[in-house]
Amino acid sequence: MKPLTPKRLAWTCGILAGVLLAVMAVSLKFGATPVSLTELLVNLWRVAVGSIAEIPSEHRMFVFELRLPRILLGVLVGAALSVAGAGFQALLRNPLADPYVLGVSSGAALGAILSLIFAATVPVAMPLAASLGAAVTTAAVYLLGRRSGEIDSYTLLLGGIVTASFLSGVIMFLMTTLSGHDLRGFAFWLMGDLSSPAPVGAGWLFAALGLAVGAIYTTAADLNLIIAGEQEAMHLGVDVARVKLVVYLGASVLTGLAVSVSGAIGFVGLLVPHMMRILVGSDHRVLIPTSALGGAILVVAADTLARTIVAPTQIAVGALTAIAGAPTFLYLLRRRLP
Amino acid sequence: MSAPHDVLEAPARRAPGEVRLSVEQASYAYGAGGERAAPLFTLGATSFQVRQREVVAVLGPNASGKSTLLRLLAGAAKPLSGRVLLDGFETVALDPRTRAQRIAVVQQETPLLFPVRAWEYVIQGRHPYGRGLRFETPEDVAIAENAMAQLGATHLAERPMHQISGGEKQRIILARALAQQPLLLLLDEPTLHLDLGAQVELLRQLRRLAEENRYAVVIVTHELNLAAEFADQVVLLHHGKCLRVGPPAEVYRTELLEQLYGTQIEVETGARGVPRVIVRGRAISTPGLDS
Repeated sequence: MKPLTPKRLAWTCGILAGVLLAVMAVSLKFGATPVSLTELLVNLWRVAVGSIAEIPSEHRMFVFELRLPRILLGVLVGAALSVAGAGFQALLRNPLADPYVLGVSSGAALGAILSLIFAATVPVAMPLAASLGAAVTTAAVYLLGRRSGEIDSYTLLLGGIVTASFLSGVIMFLMTTLSGHDLRGFAFWLMGDLSSPAPVGAGWLFAALGLAVGAIYTTAADLNLIIAGEQEAMHLGVDVARVKLVVYLGASVLTGLAVSVSGAIGFVGLLVPHMMRILVGSDHRVLIPTSALGGAILVVAADTLARTIVAPTQIAVGALTAIAGAPTFLYLLRRRLP
Repeated sequence: MSAPHDVLEAPARRAPGEVRLSVEQASYAYGAGGERAAPLFTLGATSFQVRQREVVAVLGPNASGKSTLLRLLAGAAKPLSGRVLLDGFETVALDPRTRAQRIAVVQQETPLLFPVRAWEYVIQGRHPYGRGLRFETPEDVAIAENAMAQLGATHLAERPMHQISGGEKQRIILARALAQQPLLLLLDEPTLHLDLGAQVELLRQLRRLAEENRYAVVIVTHELNLAAEFADQVVLLHHGKCLRVGPPAEVYRTELLEQLYGTQIEVETGARGVPRVIVRGRAISTPGLDS
């Protein structure tokens, strides 16, 4: 019997953080314009010691002004989607729950597009509207998935998939009737892409990410009991209604944040928590922070591939995550759903 | 270890313990259309007491109100009238953590979503004692280990829950309840899906735990003969009414049980005065009990 200790938690997260830094460094190196490893290390050292002026201007533009912001967005999106996925899986007691599969990402995308139509001049409106869109969609899918007072796994998934189709239809309708907007840009963004600049400063986005992940993390011990049954959790002293509200709001904000930055990147919220369960177990006290780190690693790595495999053409990162994610979904559908 | 009969002795031969749970005229009603609509189900005023070391079985046909009564005892629902007191405190008024430190509820099994090892499940019983992220202390580990040892389940600790048998799983679920160190143990049909040997083994263990740990134990069950063998008292419910409360030998009457279950039954008195229900099989009409 080896219960989780703060030390083991710190070690596990530390190792994954190291992997994330390594993947970020690799991602800085690779791209349409190659950068040698020595050059990269020397310049990273220059950044670390504060002598940025010594970095050649071309290198500064490619590595620090183009690639680094994009990598940071990848970290944000990966962490947000993975923690949202782990949260939805516990909240809905469904191992296949994921913001993309449930249509929550489409709801967030619709919110983001509506904010572009009605409040294009207010940058903060986009993440807010996307979070609101995610929250409304989650509530709708939750209600659709209930049968005689209980969540039914298959009804929930079908309800989510149909909601996603419906919302995609509404988005297509809005896109084709809107004149004067960049349709190709929209379409690329909808597929899940990290090349567009973030609507608001990275500092704000990371602060919101920290708050939402932190809020969900306060319920980690309770989520371990809720996945074994709400009634049982209540009998073990868990305030089930409060926990569900915190996770619902937190996961909605995370989905909204991710979608407002990168469009609907699919399956990250499904893939990462399951990979982490295999690596570190099902305890949410370690699953949530490791999912955040694992999600960041996955999206940064996938985006590096998307930038490089057919360079100079860039593929939407959402296409790669869907190619890896959809077979995983099918595997889990056949193996894990009760 | 003492002979099994020692722990199965009738309560009259043992010193009565203090009253732990006191159900005083507790009733409940719930419906589909809010407070003004006619209730779908009502549980009439029910009164009984459970002393420490005592095992009480709640019996009755389907939809007689057994699970509703259990919810009232657990403090999960507020009685419409009357009170449910545990050591003098109303169970429904306790805050959820305190309630979980005093009352353990073993429910019918819920399927597990993700693989969990048996010890991880048992140590969840320490949840009401922790704060924040609830990192388990060495004391929590010792209590969880002791709970498994009390049920002879130590060897199952590292096994995944979905790979052990029904009887073993029931022991692990019970060990989690023990890890809560409760005063009152409530069980909702714990023998469901168990074979006869496992049923007897489980009830024998409950009887022993009530004795050793001074629990008050309330079991909801359909097993009339096992209840007669292991319970000090039975509470007989029918259509939301509490018909009888008392020792099995007083409550089990052929005519009453026949009317209750609508089938031909014979009650015999076996060894040690324990009544035994024999099913004769023919259906009969059941007048009179609802009036």
